[in-house]
Amino acid sequence: MAIKSLDELKKIRDNSLKKVNLRESGENGEEIIEMMVGMATCGIAAGARETLNAILDEIEAKGIKNIRVVQVGCMGYCHSEPTVQVNMPGHEPILYGNVSAKVAKDIIEKHILNGELLDENILIKTFNKA
Amino acid sequence: MARYRSHIMVCGGTGCVSAESEAIIENLKAELKSHGYDNEIKVVKTGCFGFCGQGPIVKVHPENVFYVKVKPEDAKEIIEEHIIKGRRVERLLYEEPMLKEKLDESSKMNFYKKQYRIALRNCGLINPEDVNEYIAFRGYEALGQVLTEMTPEEVLKVMKDSGLRGRGGGGFPTGLKWEFTAKQPGNEKYIMCNADEGDPGAFMDRSILEGDPHTILEAMAIGGYATGANHGIIYIRAEYPLAIKRLDIAIEQARELGLLGDDIFGTGFKFDIELKYGAGAFVCGEETALIHSVEGARGEPTKKPPFPSVEGYRGKPTSVNNVETFANVPPIILKGSEWFSSIGTEKSKGTKVFALAGKVNNVGLVEVPMGTTLREIIYDIGGGIMDGKDFKAVQTGGPSGGVITVADLDTPIDYESLKAIGSMMGSGGMIVMDEDDCMVNIAKFYLEFTQDESCGKCTPCRIGTKRMYEILARITEGEGKPEDIDNLKQLGEMIKNTALCGLGQTAPNPVLSTLHYFRNEYEAHIKDKRCLTGSCKALSKYSIDPDKCIGCTACARVCPVDCISGKVKEVHVIDAEKCIACGACYDACKFDAVIKP
Amino acid sequence: MSDAHVKTMSVSDLPQELFDELEKYINTLEDKEGSLIHVLHKAQGLFGYLPREVQLFVARKLNIPGAKVFGVVSFYSFFTQTPRGKHTISVCMGTACFVKGVEKVMDEFSSQLGIKNGETTTDGQFTLRDVRCIGACGLAPVVMVDEKVFGHVTKDDVAQILKDYRGE
Repeated sequence: MAIKSLDELKKIRDNSLKKVNLRESGENGEEIIEMMVGMATCGIAAGARETLNAILDEIEAKGIKNIRVVQVGCMGYCHSEPTVQVNMPGHEPILYGNVSAKVAKDIIEKHILNGELLDENILIKTFNKA
Repeated sequence: MARYRSHIMVCGGTGCVSAESEAIIENLKAELKSHGYDNEIKVVKTGCFGFCGQGPIVKVHPENVFYVKVKPEDAKEIIEEHIIKGRRVERLLYEEPMLKEKLDESSKMNFYKKQYRIALRNCGLINPEDVNEYIAFRGYEALGQVLTEMTPEEVLKVMKDSGLRGRGGGGFPTGLKWEFTAKQPGNEKYIMCNADEGDPGAFMDRSILEGDPHTILEAMAIGGYATGANHGIIYIRAEYPLAIKRLDIAIEQARELGLLGDDIFGTGFKFDIELKYGAGAFVCGEETALIHSVEGARGEPTKKPPFPSVEGYRGKPTSVNNVETFANVPPIILKGSEWFSSIGTEKSKGTKVFALAGKVNNVGLVEVPMGTTLREIIYDIGGGIMDGKDFKAVQTGGPSGGVITVADLDTPIDYESLKAIGSMMGSGGMIVMDEDDCMVNIAKFYLEFTQDESCGKCTPCRIGTKRMYEILARITEGEGKPEDIDNLKQLGEMIKNTALCGLGQTAPNPVLSTLHYFRNEYEAHIKDKRCLTGSCKALSKYSIDPDKCIGCTACARVCPVDCISGKVKEVHVIDAEKCIACGACYDACKFDAVIKP
Repeated sequence: MSDAHVKTMSVSDLPQELFDELEKYINTLEDKEGSLIHVLHKAQGLFGYLPREVQLFVARKLNIPGAKVFGVVSFYSFFTQTPRGKHTISVCMGTACFVKGVEKVMDEFSSQLGIKNGETTTDGQFTLRDVRCIGACGLAPVVMVDEKVFGHVTKDDVAQILKDYRGE
């Protein structure tokens, strides 16, 4: 299939970008939201993989670009796994516990997109950023 | 379609491939599969990260964790610890040599911090064998813009305004070169990419071709549009099989997408590219010689003018540009000439890639803005001299350049400043030498190279470099004569002024510059028959430090000519008359008691 | 022409099928004279080296003087007119390798194999040669055996490298 216009090239670009946008090109000027998913043994046992996949699905569905999802080790809240920490630029980090796939979707929809916190799932509000 | 949450980038550059990065990829894939993660994590073979001394490199996105010196057997730990449990594999992290601190992200490393990557922007970031990844990072957008929104004159103006100069050594303004070609009458014109990287110690072109081949194709097409050429030719060394393979794949993919061929972007613009192989001749980096070689003949240069822009391949106007030069073109189009000309110094705009090698801690490819000082490159980025030794000199410009000493470490480097201190930019090889390197020997090394690579067409180069080499060889053999220094100088100046092409005109530089800065070493070789560093075997005389020798007999046992005497637990002595200066005793001594001359 | 023709045909140990394949390749080319270097690359790939007979064959097929072919073959270091050993050991003589002491490695190969740079062992196992920078300066000193690159080679590694290839 031949590319016949700049628009067609941009279409291919947008499609390809989805596959590679988790790589940091070093040129991203805008500030990046970080979501850290606890992926230690207990986290995985409690379903962190499903949570992670749900987050990635939702990000793609909503077309959010300035975000990176990072898997991290045990955050020490084994009683409330899976845990997800959200670092919004310019805000205190928020740590959520018991994040099921559904809660994960809510975090994206409410917290990330609309700035509303999900009070029920918050473990800690104020602490130093990891 | 599987969507991946993490990408593991493994370096597929030549350096890392030879250190078994292919096996790392295999093992990573096998581990992922056995844990059932192969649909979530993608392993990508990418181009050179530039940090070759620490290879093989494995980088995990999105965390940006940067693992160094990875072995195939480490794959298991990376998957089980990092990927499954999210814990960094500490022992594979890079340790900053000055700070002795482990760092996980490349952006924190001094090696990367001071770099500004334009030409190398995609190396280590994309899979070079997948055009879609190139497109994802704005690939071919510049070509699209040029063809659909700009006239050739506008493209030429942007290139001229940007101030981009040839990165192969000459430093001629690229926009002007294109304009000369564009102004020639006729429909048959050519645009050539000089990928005959022959400077020993420079490997940036190879890395760009291996890591980001599409950028060269795109830039050549842009050059074709600006100059009115419909044919592109890449002249590449046959010694670079991996780069050839990646270019073949890239050309194929570009043709499939209609980015090469007839009617590109539906504009009616026609452009295609073919590869021509070199066969090992340094002089073919000179553009007229290169053109003769592409025509299938001996790669001998011819007099300029006529310049290739007027009369080149098949007698038609031809623009020959270097790989790194081309790699700068798409970003200039996308971001504008003002952006590019805001980087660098007054007369040298943009960045330059240097191949940092030799006695420096962080060996690799370094792209810095013009005007960066050598001290920043060698100490901040390069991490200083290996084994805590003293810096002696750095050779830039390869066999055409000269040495730069500690006195000029703070000179901001660009085309003009390097010339002013007796060296040159060249293609960007940067060989760091420490106190153990003999400058006469280095000069001899380069002259051996140039006299061997001289094509033989003009007398000054063919015979002159040979005579210079013979004098240098004699000096290092301990048979130098007092008049040798003057003869070298005179001969050098004469060759510079009379040789036909750039190879000959610059060949004496390594000798003239070492003579200028290290005349004492030449004199020591000639008058005292001494090589101050012990590099020249014929002049080496070893001795033993009586304070350090404990009489272990290790040296006496390894000496092939039995010239070391001494009883057990007593200080040993070397008979200088019999010593053949093989250095075996020096290597054998565990107490640093053997003194190199 | 007749003289060259007779000599070429009289060589019995160069297989005819290789000549046939080379000819087939040449016939696919449009610009024959301009492709001389490509043809020689192909020929060396087939025969392993470029003896007189092969050079004359190429000259005849491209319709150019034998002297021109010889001129090109002798000009470029990549082309060889003598057969190589089963394995070619290429010691990198680039500047980075030179500064890191590759000369000692070369000397060690030379003494262990009993041949000088550019020669082939009498048993036809190894050819020892120096090459210009192969662009793996990060791994200096570098030695390439056939297509495989060995990095950070010291003279103590030489025996093991030779042993590995002898064992094949």
